[in-house]
Amino acid sequence: MAITKQIPDTIFAANSFCPGCGHGIVIRLIAEVLDEMDLSDRTIGVLAVGCSCLVNRTLAVDLMQSAHGRATAAAAGIKRTRPGNLVFTYQGDGDAISIGIAETLYSAQRDEKITQIIVNNGVFGMTGGQMSPTTLVGQRTATSEKGRNSEINGDPVNIMKLLSQFNTAYLARGSVHDAANILKTKQYIRTAFELQMRGEGFTCVEVISPCPTNWHMTPDQAVERIANEVLEVYPLGEFVKGEHQK
Amino acid sequence: MLMSKIELKTENCKGCGNCIRNCRFEALAFNNEVNAKGYRIVTVDRDKCVGCGMCYTVCPDYVFSIED
Ligand SMILES: Cc1ncc(C[n+]2csc(CCOP(=O)(O)OP(=O)(O)O)c2C)c(N)n1
Ligand code: SF4
Repeated sequence: MAITKQIPDTIFAANSFCPGCGHGIVIRLIAEVLDEMDLSDRTIGVLAVGCSCLVNRTLAVDLMQSAHGRATAAAAGIKRTRPGNLVFTYQGDGDAISIGIAETLYSAQRDEKITQIIVNNGVFGMTGGQMSPTTLVGQRTATSEKGRNSEINGDPVNIMKLLSQFNTAYLARGSVHDAANILKTKQYIRTAFELQMRGEGFTCVEVISPCPTNWHMTPDQAVERIANEVLEVYPLGEFVKGEHQK
Repeated sequence: MLMSKIELKTENCKGCGNCIRNCRFEALAFNNEVNAKGYRIVTVDRDKCVGCGMCYTVCPDYVFSIED
């Protein structure tokens, strides 16, 4: 039953994420899809701010860093001037859903022909685990020491629901906490990239991902937490597929 | 006996244990070695490995490759 599994060519070096961090898996999935579609040479990734930016040490595609939260705006500009390229953003939840919420929503509202990848680990990872829009109610973080209180902080933001109101080409949420979902998430990324290359509109894949360091957990505990707590709030699946009107 | 061609780049390993937890054939374990980054690294028992690729799938650090 042996099968061939090789590190994709589009991965050029080891990553520098913490042990058990989900970013490393998401980046490998992107690289696998780019290899399979033979698109690495025609791909432009746009980063902003956060641990997500460490992708530049690992992924062998052209990359640009924008200001915090502005990745989809920059990506939209790139795609409009280079429609033949695959243009995607790689952002954390803090970046895409907090400071960058305007750019995220209006890129979807304008149906920009880009792919936004949001790695949702429920915290601001790089800066030390502060509360983010997607932090769960009751979750302790550096800025919610007693746990997120919905009366003070509101409820967690479900970006798939927010984006669903616009006329987008594809919206899906995957997770990298177990093998079956890792494989599904790869399919979501592939579908988004294929739709973009066919000239369809805005595509977004949100990926639930562990941040063991800022969750103050072992890697094992972090994936358990996703299975037992996080997915209840953020159900997985494809939310918009094929209903695109244009 | 089925012997898979699994290769490990242990210099990439950060000792997260994802592979060990997910290997149904109990072919993976930590040994007492530490790599240059200071992490406890994983080793494979080649007699037990069937080359299913599970470790490749769940590893965030590009440690495993498997050839048929
Ligand atoms: C304009 C600006 N404000 C604040 C910061 C500080 N900062 C760096 S990373 C970050 C949050 C990143 O969190 P997230 O997007 O969730 O990514 P993660 O690190 O979890 O992958 C912030 C606020 C900054 N770099 N620039
Ligand atoms: S702080 Fe969290 S998101 Fe950042 S590299 Fe470490 S585990 Fe990953």
